[in-house]
This record gives sequence, structure tokens and C-alpha cells, in this order.
Amino acid sequence: MATLELKQITKSFDDTHVIKGVDLEVNDREFVVFVGPSGCGKSTLMRMIAGLESATSGDILIDGQRMNEVGPADRGLAMVFQSYALYPHMTVEDNMGFSMRLAGVSKDKRREKVLEAAKILQLEPLLDRKPKALSGGQRQRVAIGRAIVRNPSIFLFDEPLSNLDAALRVQMRIELARLHEELDATMIYVTHDQIEAMTMADKIVVLQGGEVEQVGSPMGLYHHPRNRFVAGFIGSPKMNFIAVEQVSSDAEGVTIKLPGGETRQVPIDGSGHAGGGALELGVRPEHLVLDEQGPMEGRIQVLERLGGQTSLYVQMGDSLLTIMADGDVAYRVNDSVRFGFSSDRAHLFDAEGLSLPKLHRHPLAGLRRQDNRAPSDTVGQ
Amino acid sequence: MTTAKNQTVARAPAAPATRSALASALLNRRLWLGVLGWTLALVIFFPIFWMIVTGFKTEAEAIADPSLIFSPTLENYAEVQSRAGYAKFALNSVVVAFGSTLLALLIAIPAAYSMAFLPTKRTKGTLLWMLSTKMLPPVGVLVPIYLLFRDTGLLDTRTGLVIVYTLMNLPIVVWMLYTFFKDMPKDILEAGRMDGAGTLQEVIYLLLPLTLPGIASTGLLAVILSWNEAFWSLNLTSSQAAPLTAYIASFSSPEGLFWAKLSAASTMAIAPILIFGWLTQKQMVRGLTFGAVK
Ligand SMILES: Nc1ncnc2c1ncn2[C@@H]1O[C@H](COP(=O)(O)OP(=O)(O)OP(=O)(O)O)[C@@H](O)[C@H]1O
Ligand SMILES: [Mg+2]
Repeated sequence: MATLELKQITKSFDDTHVIKGVDLEVNDREFVVFVGPSGCGKSTLMRMIAGLESATSGDILIDGQRMNEVGPADRGLAMVFQSYALYPHMTVEDNMGFSMRLAGVSKDKRREKVLEAAKILQLEPLLDRKPKALSGGQRQRVAIGRAIVRNPSIFLFDEPLSNLDAALRVQMRIELARLHEELDATMIYVTHDQIEAMTMADKIVVLQGGEVEQVGSPMGLYHHPRNRFVAGFIGSPKMNFIAVEQVSSDAEGVTIKLPGGETRQVPIDGSGHAGGGALELGVRPEHLVLDEQGPMEGRIQVLERLGGQTSLYVQMGDSLLTIMADGDVAYRVNDSVRFGFSSDRAHLFDAEGLSLPKLHRHPLAGLRRQDNRAPSDTVGQ
Repeated sequence: MTTAKNQTVARAPAAPATRSALASALLNRRLWLGVLGWTLALVIFFPIFWMIVTGFKTEAEAIADPSLIFSPTLENYAEVQSRAGYAKFALNSVVVAFGSTLLALLIAIPAAYSMAFLPTKRTKGTLLWMLSTKMLPPVGVLVPIYLLFRDTGLLDTRTGLVIVYTLMNLPIVVWMLYTFFKDMPKDILEAGRMDGAGTLQEVIYLLLPLTLPGIASTGLLAVILSWNEAFWSLNLTSSQAAPLTAYIASFSSPEGLFWAKLSAASTMAIAPILIFGWLTQKQMVRGLTFGAVK
């Protein structure tokens, strides 16, 4: 059992306010991912949870107990650092057993626990090596092993995979997900990587400038971003934003006028928005469709063929739009293309950048990660 | 190594003539650097060399025209040894140099730790101020320290010298340790803290082993500085606690200048620290030129 609760947490370094009042609830065994642009305070927030940094104000509760004044080792947490932070002068075994050595655990007992963790991570053949003699992926596994050995109720990961190459990242990502199942622990994970965030998280926390922009499931954030920032941040390539005008709005949705002059209705609730104003239409690259009869037109600036897909960068007026198209499209640079969009998947943002609510909630928006498994897998949950 | 290799690969194939020109230019550079290095080394080492040579001459030869041709004699060493007990002075030097170094490290490690890992706005200023005390000429505080020592019974005691040398070296020792500690990746200490290490355990199990080369070279430097110190040892000791620097000085004053004996005594005084320095030079250079970790 381990829940974490942050209440109005703030952090200032001298006069710089880095975290400006964060509230967050993390449930038992949840996999929570912090994302946000560089410098938004992800690491700082995590370090405050770990106890490596003190909170300027607010409460940090673990299992309902206030932990602000408790030392990092006594919070029942383990942290995996981006740099791995292995002890370079100790063997893998000693690295993993260091916490127990400090706690005065006997040598045999230590070895037993280290072996147990080493088995999970396939580190047995490396136990006598020093970190210098390990590959990046192996070091990463040792760092995770060092955390596992402590039997923490909450694991903290600060961009643990960012120093690994792409292939290894995929492998470690799968391994971490497996570990999460196996250890039944609560995990908090910081990353820059869209795919890591979308695939691993039960809950994504989007941070910007020291504040929480939105908390939700990956599918929830993808389909129902609260504002323009979250919409642009979640999903890759980035969402396209197109300036449009609201013509009318009724129970069926909002009717908008597109740059070419044509109008379309999108199933979005415009009742909260004073009519006639300028809006921004948000459409993801995968939801823009090439279509001879489409309402919009632009000129292809760049064309990236990835094999299965082709990314078209299309200039329309002042904006450069990204369109994900089929791998075999026959267009070339400088061709002009017509395109439309699937109105079910479109978003509208008001002048403040806030989303207008959709009329229908996306069926997968509440999906949790374990829901992806076949029912037989969930026995014992 | 690898970068050099990559560069050659990346460069368009050079014509043989230019390539050999490049090679000979490189060779020339190395040659000149070598010559320069050796010249400097010889200039620095020459006085020591001359002193050692003079120690093996007779007094007459020593004051005669400088010459390298003479019949070496050990009589100076015999005489110097018979007149004043070398061993007693040497023992004082060893005790005082190592004692003060140990004490300085004991004080400086916690100080440097807090400056490197828990800096405040005033840390940089404190460091500079500490170093600035080295600009004060020691003679400026001779009288107060002498009086203090007289009143506390520290005159002519090893303890007294240990205290003075510790204070003398402390700024440099703290400064050096501070730079070595600064190089230590903070993550590793934080990982230790997450693993349950208190400050003391953090220092003993992580910081000290990982910065050992730096600490060792700092300690070596402090030993050498203490060993060679003469001002305080001459002024604060007489018979009981006098180290080798006082031993050398004792040959210059009472009998006028006897160059050969003085040289023999000096050679004996600096021999231990020279040998010590020679044996540890690798360590010194490594510690002084590279960061302590990585
Ligand atoms: N010790 C410190 N003193 C002053 N400012 C700090 C300190 N630590 C962090 N900051 C500032 O706090 C802000 C948040 O830093 P933080 O490391 O939490 O960002 P981050 O979201 O983890 O970024 P990244 O994705 O680049 O790792 C940054 O603007 C940083 O400059
Ligand atoms: Mg960070």
C-alpha cells in the first residue's frame, strides 16, 4: 500500500518560484508520469517527493502521513537517477547492497536479497563487476536493482532512459512496465519521451512553469486536452492550430468558417463561448486527411517519407501544418494539396487557449493501462 | 587518441609532401617543448644538485672556484652527525609534518564538505578570505603568537608547531579539498542519502573513497610545506622540538659559514622529503591536474 498526496506544494530558490502550488494525488500501484517542457520543475517536484529538496510550503503525504520533515531514506521511496549515480568504487553487488549494509544487515542476508533482485533484472553474471565495466543498459538495470532491493513502496524515476539508445530504450521501457506489474509498486516517472509517457502511464501529469496544466489518462489527455498547451504537448507530431471563426453554435455543435471560406460543423459544445468570436481549430496531423474535395488548400514545403507513413509539411497562409498521410502518396514538394479533417477528432480553443468541451466523451478516454490486458491476466487484481 | 584518428580520416587525403611536412612540424614542436622542459627542470634542480655536490667536498674545495672535479669525501657527514643528533631533528620533522597534515585534513574535510555541498551566499567570500590570510607576512603575527605560546607553555613543543603548521596550511588544504569535492557528482551522494547514509556515512563510504587521489595529493602538499617551513620552527623552538629546518640553520650561525658542512646538513635534511616526493610524484601530479573522480 502506498499512496502519495501533494497539497499546495511550492518551491522557491531564493527569489525564483520554481513550483507554484501543485496538488496531486497518486493512488496505490499507479504508474504516474510527469511530462512538461525543460525547466518546468519536473525534477524539482520529484526531488521534493524524494526528500532531497525541502518544500518551501505545502504538505507531502505518503499513506496519509506528512513526510516533509522525514529524511529521504525513511520515506519508503527509492529513486533511479538519470545519470544512474552508481557508486563507481563498488561492485554491482555492493552497489545494490549498500542500503542494507548501512542498515546493518548481515552479509548473507544481503547477498540473498541482492541475488533475488539480480535474478529479476538478469544481472547475476555481472555482480562482481564495477560500474565502469558495464554498458549503459546494464548500468541502468543496476540502478533499478539498487532501488528494488530496498523494497520501496514508491519508485521514483527521473528520465531513467534518456541516456540509452533508441533500441535499448524500447527494451527497457517494456522491462519497466513488466517490473511495475511484478513489483506491485507505485511508480512516478519523469520523461521527455512522448511514447514513454503514452505507453507506460496510468496517469499523466502535464506541468508547465511550475504548475499542473492537466492530470489524466493518456487517452484522456490525447482526446480531451484542457487547453492549447496540453493539446500541443501531448501527441507527436504536434497538433496543428488553425485560426477559424465561429459562425453559429447549437446542440449539434459549433459551426466554424475555415481559412478557405468554407464552413464545417464540429461536435463541440459552444454554449460557454460568446458567439461570433475568433477561435482556433486544433487538428492532429493524423486527423488531417488529403482529399480532392477538402475545404482547405496549401502548398507542400517538405515531404518526409518514413515508409509506412509520409509526413507532409504544408504551408497554408501563415501557418505550416503537418499532415500524416499514407506512405505511398504520390505528391512532391511544391505541389498544392487539398485536405479536410475528421470533425469528430477536432478541437476548438478560445482566445485564452482553453478548450471548448466536446459534446461526446471519447470511449477510450477513461482507459487505464491494465484495461489493455485480456481479462484472464487480471486475476488477483 | 580517437579524435586525432578521426581527424586524419576525415581530412581529405593529403599529398605525401604536405603530410611529411606536417609530421616534421609536429616533431619540431615536441622537440622544442622537450628542450624547454629539460632546461627548466635543470635550472630548478641545479641549486639542489650543487648543494649535494658541495656536501661531498672539503671546506677548502667548497669555497674555491666552482668545479665538478674533486675527490669526494664523507667527512662532512661524519662531523655533522657527530655534533648534532640528526635522528632527533628528523623525528621532530616527521611528527610535526605528518601530525599537522592529519589535523589539517580532519578540520578541512568537514569544512570543504559544507562549502562544496551546502554552499551559501557567503561561501565564495569565505574561501577567498581564507586564502587572503596567506598574504599576511608571518612575521606580522610573530610577537602575538610568541607571547601566546610562552604563556600557554607551547614554546619549543611539537604540539605547538603542529598547531601553527595546521593553521598555516589550513587555507590551502580547505581550498584544494573544496575543488576536489566540487568535482564529485552530486547524484552519487544523493543516491547514498536515498540509501540511508547519514552525513558521516556519506563522507566515509562515498566521498572519501571517491576523492582519495585529491585528498592524498593535498595531504602530500601539506606534508612538504610543513617539512620545509623554517620561519616558525626557528622562532618557536630551540632544543626540544626543533625540526630539520632548525638543524640546518644551526650550522650556519655559531661557526661562521662552513659551506661544505652546511651543505651536508641540508642534504640530509631534505633527503627524506625528496625521496618521499619522488615516490609519490605520480599521485601528486594526478591529484593536482585532474578532477578527483572520473
Ligand atoms: N538549486 C537550484 N537553484 C536555483 N534554481 C534551480 C535549482 N534547481 C532547479 N532550479 C530551477 O528550477 C527550474 C526547474 O528545474 P527542474 O530541474 O526541476 O526542471 P525539469 O523540469 O526537470 O527540466 P528538465 O526537463 O530539463 O530536466 C529551472 O528553471 C531551474 O533553473
Ligand atoms: Mg529534470
